[in-house]
Amino acid sequence: MKPVEAIPLEESAPAAQDDTGTRYTHPVTPGEVDLSHGAILYLEDISVSFEGFRALNKLSLMIEVGELRCVIGPNGAGKTTMMDVITGRTRPDAGSCFFGQTIDLTRLSEAEIAHAGIGRKFQKPTIFEHHTVFENLELAMKADKTVRRTLFARLSSEERDRIAETLQLIRLSDRAGRVAGLLSHGQKQWLEIGMLLMQEPKLLLLDEPVAGMSDEETERTAELFVALAGAHSLVVVEHDMAFIERIARKVTVLHEGAVIAEGPMAQVQNDPRVIEVYLGR
Amino acid sequence: MGPIATTISRLYGTRGWIALGAFAAVLFIVFPVFSLLVPPSSPFHVSQYWVTLIGKIMCYAIVALAMDLVWGYAGILSLGHGLFFALGGYAMGMYLMRQIGREGQYQADLPDFMVFLDWKEYPWHWWGTEHFWYAMLLVVVVPGLLAYVFGYFAFRSRVKGVYFSIITQALTFAAMLLFFRNATGFGGNNGFTDFKRILGFTIATPETRMALFAITGATLIGALLLGRWLVTSRFGRVLMAIRDAEQRVAFCGYNTVNYKLFIWTLSAVLCGIAGALYVPQVGIINPSEMSPANSIEIAIWVAVGGRGTLAGAIVGAGVVNGAKSFFTQAFPEYWLYVLGLAFILVTLFMPHGLVGILRKWRATT
Repeated sequence: MKPVEAIPLEESAPAAQDDTGTRYTHPVTPGEVDLSHGAILYLEDISVSFEGFRALNKLSLMIEVGELRCVIGPNGAGKTTMMDVITGRTRPDAGSCFFGQTIDLTRLSEAEIAHAGIGRKFQKPTIFEHHTVFENLELAMKADKTVRRTLFARLSSEERDRIAETLQLIRLSDRAGRVAGLLSHGQKQWLEIGMLLMQEPKLLLLDEPVAGMSDEETERTAELFVALAGAHSLVVVEHDMAFIERIARKVTVLHEGAVIAEGPMAQVQNDPRVIEVYLGR
Repeated sequence: MGPIATTISRLYGTRGWIALGAFAAVLFIVFPVFSLLVPPSSPFHVSQYWVTLIGKIMCYAIVALAMDLVWGYAGILSLGHGLFFALGGYAMGMYLMRQIGREGQYQADLPDFMVFLDWKEYPWHWWGTEHFWYAMLLVVVVPGLLAYVFGYFAFRSRVKGVYFSIITQALTFAAMLLFFRNATGFGGNNGFTDFKRILGFTIATPETRMALFAITGATLIGALLLGRWLVTSRFGRVLMAIRDAEQRVAFCGYNTVNYKLFIWTLSAVLCGIAGALYVPQVGIINPSEMSPANSIEIAIWVAVGGRGTLAGAIVGAGVVNGAKSFFTQAFPEYWLYVLGLAFILVTLFMPHGLVGILRKWRATT
């Protein structure tokens, strides 16, 4: 074995100093989402296997800034796995996953991804049942979350306004002081969406947001999502076809871990492959 | 009013402040007057027995408050809080032992137990304990540091619930065995006793005892206000959220380990201070304070009073210890049965303890 030769610092240091990013056409700030190309999320050829089972098979997907995208597909199509890959819960075996132009999600932890600006709502609503609706939003609010800060934290008037705005958006203004555990199931879902919004995410991932909601609540949720699109980018995974029809501009159909169709609802519904694997009409 | 005064005044409503004021008046006016100024021949005289008993119970109440902060608010059930209490007590005890000087049985420079063991000098860990300030530093630092290191590893490894409780129980038991050994240098199973002086004052005089009593009372009220400030801050709301859904809190971007570690360490420090106040009043500290049963009893005080209420912890410590001093005199053999029964009844019928019952009753009337 040959001993490894130590590289003198003097020799390697100047090389690193040479090119200081002059080749870039616009500045890239670390940690900031670069949306200069109009896309907020790119998935390319993502593959994930669980003990031989291919959950995702070369899945490619692109979400544009401000888009409201619905993802549908039969059970086991890989919808939840896709969400897991985006939020860092599952690492893909192959493929790339970028948030904006620069942030490689496959290298970040769940907390870092959340911090970068991707918020996820799980199927089962998890809120703080013993806190009031207002306090739930306060805790979720984007702020310095170190112990020292929270000890002395006082709500500024801007922060109060933001909470009030969100309360109005999720239609819980009149229940701000109510203990969250006493809300109806649908209201809990909204509260959780509100908590997500308080974290000011740039991309919202919503896993079956209207599961267990009444028709009226579903209708209101549809209104909410349509209102959110534009200012936020949303990816909604849902089984409720009526709901999808109500909100969807562009639908992506997954089947066996890959995209089989993409486009406006009407077009997707008439796609023979989609009819064959999913709609079955 | 300055910002601090405003913050303090907001901690309680009018009724709360009146209750606290009445409590303070009893401690700082009624007790000194009826104990020191009213002559012992008068039927209104408050005897030393009562001053010591209430002083002792107030020390326990501080421990109960500390327990409520971690258990009632952060959901961390510690069955080893007696250890932190005893460590604070031992730190104070070391100082008190050195204040005895040459007035011990053997009239030597070293404490009696060291002479008995034929030691020629103080072991290293007694260094500096002749200074009051240094002993007070130990009172805070030793329990705090132990809790910090223990908590750091436990919380970081996500040890939770029953497993955490069992480990704390094992910790206090191990410490008890360590302190039982003569070689450890803390007086073995006899511990420290026969104190003579504190800061030059004779420890047994009614005046010194009343001063210790008043300091304990002030510490208790201070600890209550500190706790109230903590739990009404955003920090407190995060803590309660951790108790209810820790995963979700982490998902909101909070580092839950730091939160738990902070309240856990603070709680241990409060216990240490309570132990340091307890030892000069009761006059003895020995390893039995670290027995597992003692630490379990602390949890019972809080459960009886009402978890997550702070005031309930004080009420629980008072009621259970009041009952204990009655039963251990009147029916000594039945006390443990009474305690066990009380715990079962509280768990079954009073999930929110005495304070919970009081609140319910107030809400219905």
